[in-house]
Amino acid sequence: MTTDPDLLLDARGVAKSFGAVRALTDAHLSVARGEVVALLGANGAGKSTFVKILTGALKPDAGHVRIRGAEARVGSPAAARRSGLVPVYQEPSLIPDLDIGDNLRLGGTDRGDFRHWMEALSLPDLRMDALVRDLPLATLRIVDLARALAAQPDVLLLDELTAALPTDLVERVLEVARAQAEDGRGVIYISHRFAEIAALCDRATVLRDGRTVGEARIEPGVEERVVEMMLGAKIDLEKRAAEVARPKPAGQPRLSVQGLAVAPKLTDASFTLHPGEVLGVVALEGQGQDELFEALAGFRQPAAGSIEVDGAPARFGHPADAIAAGLSFVPGDRAEALFRERSVRENIAMPFSARMRRWGPLRLRHEKARVAEAIGRLQIDTRAQGEVQRLSGGNQQKVTIGRWLAHGVRTLLLFDPTRGIDVRTKRQIYPLVRDLAEQGAAILYYTSELEEVPLACDRAIVIFNGRVVDIVEATEADEARLMRAAYGLTGTEGAA
Amino acid sequence: MSNTHPQTEEHVPPLLRVGRFLKDNPVIPLIGFLILLIGILEAMRPGILSPYWAGNLIKFAIPLAMLAAAQVLTMLTGGIDLSVGIVATAAAFVTATLTPLIGPAPAMAVAMAVGALVGLVNGFGAGIARVHPLIMTLGTGLIATGCLQVYQRFVIATGSDIPDILEWLGTGRTAGLPNGIFLFLPFAAFILWLMRLSGFGRLLFGLGSNETAAKLSGVRSWQVLIALYVLSGMIAALTGLLYLGMIRTPSLSLAVPLMLPSVAAAVIGGTSIFGGRGSFAGAIVGALILRVIETMLTLARMPEGARIALFGLIILLVTALYVRFTETR
Repeated sequence: MTTDPDLLLDARGVAKSFGAVRALTDAHLSVARGEVVALLGANGAGKSTFVKILTGALKPDAGHVRIRGAEARVGSPAAARRSGLVPVYQEPSLIPDLDIGDNLRLGGTDRGDFRHWMEALSLPDLRMDALVRDLPLATLRIVDLARALAAQPDVLLLDELTAALPTDLVERVLEVARAQAEDGRGVIYISHRFAEIAALCDRATVLRDGRTVGEARIEPGVEERVVEMMLGAKIDLEKRAAEVARPKPAGQPRLSVQGLAVAPKLTDASFTLHPGEVLGVVALEGQGQDELFEALAGFRQPAAGSIEVDGAPARFGHPADAIAAGLSFVPGDRAEALFRERSVRENIAMPFSARMRRWGPLRLRHEKARVAEAIGRLQIDTRAQGEVQRLSGGNQQKVTIGRWLAHGVRTLLLFDPTRGIDVRTKRQIYPLVRDLAEQGAAILYYTSELEEVPLACDRAIVIFNGRVVDIVEATEADEARLMRAAYGLTGTEGAA
Repeated sequence: MSNTHPQTEEHVPPLLRVGRFLKDNPVIPLIGFLILLIGILEAMRPGILSPYWAGNLIKFAIPLAMLAAAQVLTMLTGGIDLSVGIVATAAAFVTATLTPLIGPAPAMAVAMAVGALVGLVNGFGAGIARVHPLIMTLGTGLIATGCLQVYQRFVIATGSDIPDILEWLGTGRTAGLPNGIFLFLPFAAFILWLMRLSGFGRLLFGLGSNETAAKLSGVRSWQVLIALYVLSGMIAALTGLLYLGMIRTPSLSLAVPLMLPSVAAAVIGGTSIFGGRGSFAGAIVGALILRVIETMLTLARMPEGARIALFGLIILLVTALYVRFTETR
């Protein structure tokens, strides 16, 4: 085989199986000097496995990975780093109990180089003695990136780095990645956001069902083609929820929140949620939405304000109290909600056994029927029988929702349910949310992706700086309006 | 995927495949290992295998397997119960000393209550005060040891007696099998039912797998942990009663040497000390394996000290090998 001297990374015919599940059958990817390549694929396409093989965390069953023309006998992440491929993941790889300086020392990162990149990423003021666990997630992602850049990688791999990152930081990340390519280095960019891919990438490689199914130059109008490749079929544009006429909610609200304050970030939230309604929550990272959801789910105690369920005041000392009041919480982080080494069935059925009077014999027939119904309704792909950790990310997310479908949904608190999952699963989640509402459920829906609001919600509240600053009807909820509100540029807060 | 080529399976290295098989069916290879050990024993001392010997093996494996049940259940939640040795000892001692005073049935009831009490304290510590179970149960074990010594001074003059039922269970045989199985079979059936077919068992697996997810599902973990450690303490006390019938000499360290082997039997049997994974059937085979190894060491005519040291070493080796083998992905 001839080796192109401009080819920084060349992976061919990569295959990997886990037991009977064939995660990858024939994956290809190449990155040339000066190129930014998007790696795309629906969840379950084998993207995570491919990344793990490229970075040396997994060994392929077949195929090879060449870095700078030399066969990379990638044995470990450290070996991949040495050979010039440095990854940055959605989850920061810093040790929480050490400060930034110590984390840098552990990785052998030069402080001067690190500072230089932090300035380029517009976060120059970070203190070296700040404890990692005290820093916001967005900052940690930038720290991780700066650390990777300081290692002067030939190929930089960014895996969903910008998910839930504030817009200004996203722009910095894109600029820096572009500059890497202009310096003659290579970048592999993984994201579900087409806008970023269009702005940054030269080329896209698309995975489906474990194989590379196509490549595309990034040019105007490429999105539809890429989506077609990812889905394997032409897709129809879905009906915007806002275009479907629905009566205004009336009568007794399911959930009524007045002046709610929850330490540390939520200071004043008031809204009502009616049966049959999907209420969106829009906020930039860290505006108090986490506190709002955790208080409604019984994970935190409010400092002030009131929560009423069906007109009666409610206090939740434990998530069990919230569940008893009919509030079901699906957290943003799947890892928090899943029993990784247990089966899909046990994951979904766990709430059945929670109460002490259900500690006795399992009601197997009842359980089996309810679980099968939830699996069918969510179209969970259970080919990978057994442990839930063997499912793809999208299917794992469906399991966290399926748990409450099986249990019976009255009020569903969905925290960014589509974060980091593929287009196909997203397109299953919106109609499901609508269906549940039509059957009388009340749904609070936080999303970090503004374009979802008109697709799934009836109205949306906007939280800025700990307060609900705006309520927007879905018909008016275009991205520009929501974005302005999320930055605190409308209503009474505008002057502040 | 429909186009599965059979040859892709060959890419899995054989050692890894063996490891996966062990992980998915821990009991089958364990039984193979047990048979291998028994074969070696027969080679060491031809003619040793007999129905009587088998009955003896089972007899002495029963208390070990019962204590291992306490370890399996607590380990499922990511915990451990290191007080079982002293609790079993205390239950035996209390029964033997109280029987002449208040009769056998009340004495045994008090012994079980002692186990439940220690378990309650463990459960309070682990579930509400959130002390790590390792520290908590070591602490209560030490406290129980001290209390037992104080108690001994008060009852030293009363003498001791062993209830007939315990002697029958501990030393009698029916059709060649030790009578202990009349206690053990229902016990094992209960534990297996609890782990596989009860809501409580499901919660144990859930808590060990991901406590946040359990909380999210509405599980109040303190309730589960208190019930779990009370159960564990009562299992230990019950084991102490049986062991008293077997040994027939109450002492202040009667069942203490069973402690480490009970943990080892659980781990060899495929229970993860990190929680979320475990099998009582495996622990039973693990207990049998340890007893066979012990017999081998006895046959090798080693001095007592060397024998104990070697037994400890072998437990560590077998456990380390087993974990190494099965945790490979």
